[in-house]
Amino acid sequence: MDTLIAQLQRRFCDFTISLYHQGFLDDQFTELKKLQDECSPDFVAEVVTLFFEDCEKLISNMARALDQTGNVDFKLVGSSVHQLKGSSSSVGAKRVKGLCVTLKECCDSQNYEGCVRCLQQVDIEYKTLKAKLQDLFNLEQQIVQAGGRIPQVDI
Amino acid sequence: MEVCNCIEPQWPADELLMKYQYISDFFIAIAYFSIPLELIYFVKKSAVFPYRWVLVQFGAFIVLCGATHLINLWTFTTHSRTVALVMTTAKVLTAVVSCATALMLVHIIPDLLSVKTRELFLKNKAAELDREMGLIRTQEETGRHVRMLTHEIRSTLDRHTILKTTLVELGRTLALEECALWMPTRTGLELQLSYTLRHQHPVEYTVPIQLPVINQVFGTSRAVKISPNSPVARLRPVSGKYMLGEVVAVRVPLLHLSNFQINDWPELSTKRYALMVLMLPSDSARQWHVHELELVEVVADQVAVALSHAAILEESMRARDLLMEQNVALDLARREAETAIRARNDFLAVMNHEMRTPMHAIIALSSLLQETELTPEQRLMVETILKSSNLLATLMNDVLDLSRLEDGSLQLELGTFNLHTLFREVLNLIKPIAVVKKLPITLNLAPDLPEFVVGDEKRLMQIILNIVGNAVKFSKQGSISVTALVTKSDTRAADFFVVPTGSHFYLRVKVKDSGAGINPQDIPKIFTKFAQTQSLATRSSGGSGLGLAISKRFVNLMEGNIWIESDGLGKGCTAIFDVKLGISERSNESKQSGIPKVPAIPRHSNFTGLKVLVMDENGVSRMVTKGLLVHLGCEVTTVSSNEECLRVVSHEHKVVFMDVCMPGVENYQIALRIHEKFTKQRHQRPLLVALSGNTDKSTKEKCMSFGLDGVLLKPVSLDNIRDVLSDLLEPRVLYEGM
Repeated sequence: MDTLIAQLQRRFCDFTISLYHQGFLDDQFTELKKLQDECSPDFVAEVVTLFFEDCEKLISNMARALDQTGNVDFKLVGSSVHQLKGSSSSVGAKRVKGLCVTLKECCDSQNYEGCVRCLQQVDIEYKTLKAKLQDLFNLEQQIVQAGGRIPQVDI
Repeated sequence: MEVCNCIEPQWPADELLMKYQYISDFFIAIAYFSIPLELIYFVKKSAVFPYRWVLVQFGAFIVLCGATHLINLWTFTTHSRTVALVMTTAKVLTAVVSCATALMLVHIIPDLLSVKTRELFLKNKAAELDREMGLIRTQEETGRHVRMLTHEIRSTLDRHTILKTTLVELGRTLALEECALWMPTRTGLELQLSYTLRHQHPVEYTVPIQLPVINQVFGTSRAVKISPNSPVARLRPVSGKYMLGEVVAVRVPLLHLSNFQINDWPELSTKRYALMVLMLPSDSARQWHVHELELVEVVADQVAVALSHAAILEESMRARDLLMEQNVALDLARREAETAIRARNDFLAVMNHEMRTPMHAIIALSSLLQETELTPEQRLMVETILKSSNLLATLMNDVLDLSRLEDGSLQLELGTFNLHTLFREVLNLIKPIAVVKKLPITLNLAPDLPEFVVGDEKRLMQIILNIVGNAVKFSKQGSISVTALVTKSDTRAADFFVVPTGSHFYLRVKVKDSGAGINPQDIPKIFTKFAQTQSLATRSSGGSGLGLAISKRFVNLMEGNIWIESDGLGKGCTAIFDVKLGISERSNESKQSGIPKVPAIPRHSNFTGLKVLVMDENGVSRMVTKGLLVHLGCEVTTVSSNEECLRVVSHEHKVVFMDVCMPGVENYQIALRIHEKFTKQRHQRPLLVALSGNTDKSTKEKCMSFGLDGVLLKPVSLDNIRDVLSDLLEPRVLYEGM
């Protein structure tokens, strides 16, 4: 049993580190982790869920705005991407945040092609992150179920 | 008397009649003889009488008539009485009239002659006037042609059009058969046929410039008639015409272009000319008139002026093109340089960050290792590792600072701090090393030195540490003294003039050591990057490195000055710097209240029960900020809009965190409105902290102007938020303690 826990814990550590190394997450996510204590055991999961809901809503907003052939409301897209940038930076979703910066630039220069391409990438990126974090949470749960402690990962 | 004898016999018969006839004939003869004499006399007198020959004939005729009458005196025969009577009457009448005429002539001829003279004079005058009028008319015509030609020539600034127009217009005005322009070649040794009116010629049709005929034309500014067979005039197709039209040539001065210096235009001290050749039609008797030549000369001058204008224009166009090219190149270079600088800075920032992390691990682990049991050799190794790592970490920080200082992106972080404590901290940091080197350090703080000041604490400490560190490093014996005082307004140092104001003062720090000293000529070099005096390099290990260069830039950022005084090698030196610092109001309060100072370092880490309000439109950010604050023990209320914030905020809230991320000033307005809400109970107003995506100067200024108490960089971290809360709440804690 202990070997299983140890194995799970090692996998958890490796996976977390890989997320940082591949640029999915940054220090801000570490900050969030610090906030998770006995008083708020599901803090990270709650924030992240809210973040993904935000993503879905804002991305569909932007997609709708960009679908308006002829008169694209770049201002609307801009304000949405600004929101998304704020959210992603608050949870430490590094890659999404980076793409948001690029998308904002495209939007400011009214580069329609760039906007569409960036938006597609944002969509892909946030879904990837969602899947990755889902895996991470599953691992956490498995460790907890096996009676182990979730290890501290120093980056 | 003979006459009297020969008419004696008829005397008694018709004696009276005969007598009358006789006398009449005599007078007729006298009259006849006198008239030519009068005529000759007056003709002699008058210079202008035209009909001399006729007069001579007339004179002869009259003399002969007179002679016949005289002869009649001897040839009287008897006639019938009637005939004699008629004859006598006629002769008497004739005699009377002749004599009268002869007498009248004396009066009339001079008159007649003078009339003649006047008429001739007038005629001459009229002829002269005619000539003059013709001349004027010619000149007028010439002038008109010149004006017309000038107008045509000046209507463009294109060289080819000018020359072509000139030829066409000249050809038309003067009805020329051919008109050609020879331009000097680049080398100036040949003339090339550039423009012709009618005949086409091969492009490379040249004649040497040293031909006598060309020299002759170039030698004068007048138009010169040249032989129709000279090489420059041999343009017409060879035909059977036996008489070629007359040809003139004139020089056209070309502007000397050396002023504008084109590479392919050789420098020539002599003036350059083009040659214009004009030919009258062949097989015509036409010749060149003076006024036509004048016209040609004037036109040549006008062409020269127009050409010089065109040349100037061409030159300026070329210059403009060149400038534009250079501009583009410079712009490109600038952009490349900017990219390079950005790339360098990015690289530095990334490298710095990436290198710092492992470096911290090395430092932390080696310090831990030091605590364990080690053999002496191992301890030495660990110490060396630790020392080197520290050195490396400092160097990395310095490099980053320097690069940020150089591109101007580094800004001072102003805050209130305790100046006295700062000096003590520096001394505490330096002392261990100084103790090892047996160097006593003394600190003198002037009594009027303010305790709490506004400035960049970190950077000021860095400067002092650096200078004191250098003093310790380069001293082997003796002592080091650090003196801090307020620079008086009358103190002038080097080229720097201190101007204290009400809310600012200038801090002067003197660090005197008894170390190696510096050669006076090395002093200017010491503040440059990586500089180290020769004498220092040979004797010491470390060198001053980047430290002084960075210190100087920091001092300059603080509107101050730094310099070094040394009496020479081995006599130690004094480093002195002035920096501008703000005077904090807090210092007065704390002094007045007499409350002992609260040490700055141990800070609040627990804010249990602190009521705060978080305003953020972004749900995720709001949640994260709330989480952070809850973690610190705060009681958090969250709102998602400005309106809600204004409604909810009350005196219970000690701090309001408000998101100002959205561009524009609208978000800042909420701060003003909160101020308004608490106008009456001002000390109950919550502290306002902006949450911003960037904390650059402009954001800070904006926050200040809208009455915000602090700025927090997003994304917010636990440490950040704790620092800001500590900073903000510290004075309040003091109040509560009263």
